[in-house]
Amino acid sequence: MSTGLGLIFIGVAISYILGIKFLSSPRTARLGNLLAAAGMMIAILATIPMLRGINSPAIPHGQNLNYWLIGIGILLGLIGGAIGAYTVKMTAMPQMVAMFNGLGGGAAALVGILEYLTRYHAGLKITVPLAAAAFFPVTIGSISLSGSMIAFSKLQGYLERPVTYKGQHVVNGFILAVIVALWVYLLGFKDSAAIAWVLLAVSLVFGVLMVLPIGGADMPVVISLLNSFTGLAVAADGFVINNISMVVAGTLVGSSGTLLTLLMCKAMNRPITNVLFGAFGKVSEKAAAEAGTKTVRPIQPDETALILANAKQVVIVPGYGMAVAQAQHEVRELVENLIARGVEVQFAIHPVAGRMPGHMNVLLAEANVPYDFLKEMDEVNPNMDMVDVCLVIGANDVVNPAAKEDPSSPIYGMPIVEAYRARTVIVMKRSMATGFAGIDNSLFYKDNTRMLFGDAKATLKEVIAQLKAL
Amino acid sequence: MSAELLTFFVFVLAIFLGFELISKVPSMLHTPLMSGTNAIHGIILLGGMIVLADAETTLARVLGFIAVAFGSANVFGGFMVTDRMLQMFRRRKS
Repeated sequence: MSTGLGLIFIGVAISYILGIKFLSSPRTARLGNLLAAAGMMIAILATIPMLRGINSPAIPHGQNLNYWLIGIGILLGLIGGAIGAYTVKMTAMPQMVAMFNGLGGGAAALVGILEYLTRYHAGLKITVPLAAAAFFPVTIGSISLSGSMIAFSKLQGYLERPVTYKGQHVVNGFILAVIVALWVYLLGFKDSAAIAWVLLAVSLVFGVLMVLPIGGADMPVVISLLNSFTGLAVAADGFVINNISMVVAGTLVGSSGTLLTLLMCKAMNRPITNVLFGAFGKVSEKAAAEAGTKTVRPIQPDETALILANAKQVVIVPGYGMAVAQAQHEVRELVENLIARGVEVQFAIHPVAGRMPGHMNVLLAEANVPYDFLKEMDEVNPNMDMVDVCLVIGANDVVNPAAKEDPSSPIYGMPIVEAYRARTVIVMKRSMATGFAGIDNSLFYKDNTRMLFGDAKATLKEVIAQLKAL
Repeated sequence: MSAELLTFFVFVLAIFLGFELISKVPSMLHTPLMSGTNAIHGIILLGGMIVLADAETTLARVLGFIAVAFGSANVFGGFMVTDRMLQMFRRRKS
């Protein structure tokens, strides 16, 4: 690399660092993303003079074809990526990120194996560190690709429930052992193109098996983890092709993604091992026994409107149900109406509400709700006793008092929005089905809770109509 | 210091930098942050371009082409979708 190009790539690395830094404040986040994107454009352009044969007076045989393929490949990806990015619904954002992440992981795996194969077929000596740096993305990138595709299917609703079977841990452990054995063979004994392909294939299988048992509610953690996997795979590719900006960018994503993953697990009060290996779905015996005997108190939209109109302070807790019903615009209309009546309204956002951390913030932002209405759980909980009405829209596990009261519950210990402490709780819900964690919710049976059944969007429309008529 | 060791040095520093950079992100921005960093690892596109330029067999061309297309979708789609999300975040009008 020439000095000039080297300096350009240092600038590019700085654009990523500042980009990630700016992404951590709502005022500067957009600028941060644009900065990183500009850095990326420069990096792509600066790579062109580094391509083989591009500076030689006589272009080597077959090289023109390669240049054409590069151009067409970039164009295809650009068109596909743009269509995905601009047509995806905000509710489907987690799937979209999973998809892009998987593609990145697949690319990293292919670059790794191609670098290895090229050296192998040319009969070049492959040192152990170089081989390790090439096999790392082959393994981790493949896991990221197939794992992300399973995560995508789950979030898209093709594969709702966790897939579990007896001896699952043994099977997964065995596949992992095979991967380790392949590494030992390739690094310690013999270079082999065929075995490198086997490594890629087995890693793909492992990615599928790893994500299959994990429930939909835990997909945010999985995507975040796979995101950091892809980052590290890219960094390793950077070692192999000796491109330091890839090392920096990949590592930044890898380490920040790992921290983000751990922060999410902390918000759910579950260790990462529990998310990855302890499939949810066991029904708490206490909650199951209660569900059989207790009854809920339904409420109608007209009465709901009356209660809301007469409240001084209202807290809204949105959840995945709001996203599914696409009800965020009606929620904003309701809030505007209440504010016009002098009601004080706040949103209480649980860090893992929805299928992605911060998912609710994105949806409400789409519906033009200014972000200073949105409070984090810890800001709202201390004053919950003063709240007249807590309106829960399609949230379930994040308001389940079992997290505080029932040590036998699988979500025991998870911090929740303490909706049950409000004077009146109105829960909007399609039916009495359990949340993604598959556990019953004792909030629904409390004396101060009213259940407003129906599709969130349609029901909210009725409530708004009744409010206007008051 | 050898070139490999220097690269490794950069790698280790970047690990710490990544941790420091996002230790104070509010949870409201976790989705755009995940999506934005997701776009950044699309830099694998550079790797794909270099590998495809080196390709001499049909197999290498096919695989390199897939790598470039995947990497390109990762980069462009990732940044666009993040921008689309972030342009919606706004403060209360006062």
